[in-house]
Amino acid sequence: MPMKISKETANEQLRQKVKEISGEDFQKCYQCGTCSGSCPMADQVTVLPRRVMALLQLGRKEALEEANTHWVCASCHMCMVRCPRGIDITKVMESLRQLTLRKNEDIINPSEISKEDTEKLPQVAMVSGFRKLTS
Amino acid sequence: MKISYYPGCTLKTKAKNLESSALACLDALGVEYEELPRWNCCGAVYSLSDDDLIHLIAPVRDLIRVQEQGFDTVLTLCSMCYNTLARANELMKNDEVKRGTINDFMDEEPDYKGEIKVVHFLDFIRDEIGWDKLKASVKNSLNGMKLAPYYGCTLLRPGDVSIDKSNSPVVFEECMEALGAEIVKFPKAIECCGSYQVLGNPEAALKVSNDIITDATAHGAEAMALTCPLCDYNLGHRQEEMLKSMKVPKRCRCFILRS
Repeated sequence: MPMKISKETANEQLRQKVKEISGEDFQKCYQCGTCSGSCPMADQVTVLPRRVMALLQLGRKEALEEANTHWVCASCHMCMVRCPRGIDITKVMESLRQLTLRKNEDIINPSEISKEDTEKLPQVAMVSGFRKLTS
Repeated sequence: MKISYYPGCTLKTKAKNLESSALACLDALGVEYEELPRWNCCGAVYSLSDDDLIHLIAPVRDLIRVQEQGFDTVLTLCSMCYNTLARANELMKNDEVKRGTINDFMDEEPDYKGEIKVVHFLDFIRDEIGWDKLKASVKNSLNGMKLAPYYGCTLLRPGDVSIDKSNSPVVFEECMEALGAEIVKFPKAIECCGSYQVLGNPEAALKVSNDIITDATAHGAEAMALTCPLCDYNLGHRQEEMLKSMKVPKRCRCFILRS
């Protein structure tokens, strides 16, 4: 899909925030797509990781907010160990989650987990899930 | 050599089987260990935000407890505890500025500089016991069971805390071979089971777990060996759902690190 690029379409604040929270320079990405090819969730995301990096470089805030990629990411670090540019993409995904979570918005509601599931789920699932998906 | 043992939350509740079998192994191998007194939850995941230090307090406090206990090595069994403690330790060792901030924040605790060695059961057995001794101590051999060791993510990534080569690990295979298993290697052994997405996107997690089991059985596995209670939940407990809704060709038993 063609995309109009101009100074007005680039959200500089978003780019700065992501850099600040992740500590990563996504500008280094040269779009090879190794991350997309390594991602176990590739067929579950609406925007592949390579494209997330491109959207960040262009500061496309709305497109990134619509993407589910960072909410489906399981922080498996496969993209990070394989990135030829040495970018910790897992940290970039985390920063995109944080931009929402830091506004006190939750993605899952712990009180909605059924009693049956709470009895079955290992503690490590709940602690990690709450850490990643609640504010 | 006596070492500290860090159990973590799940091993004291839902994964008691992992704790009891691993500790029985250590006893049989003559390893002296002592459970860490006053341990707390490690936080399960390492904080990936550069500006977030508060979530490092929990794992660092555990490492300070080990230092107080007087041991230089802490052993973990749960892969996620291993990763969280090992990464927190690396940060305390290498990042002078953040180390200073964390130590200042915990002014009631002694300073910590990352001197403790964090090990997982598998690399501990490899480095301190050796496969020959392990093999000689086996009482009930796995008798050539076609076993597919599954690593998952947190034992291998990122590279600085990996217990073996990140992309081509052998430690789990060598361990299970010493216990008498016939090893089944499969490409998805180092891929993610869906992890905490069992809460956020249970269907997506089920799909990736389904792919892992399908891959293991396609390579001839009768069973899989795991080291993480969360992998055990995704790959083991949720197999009923996969058998009903997906294409898992047959049931694949999951053993969580036992001998």
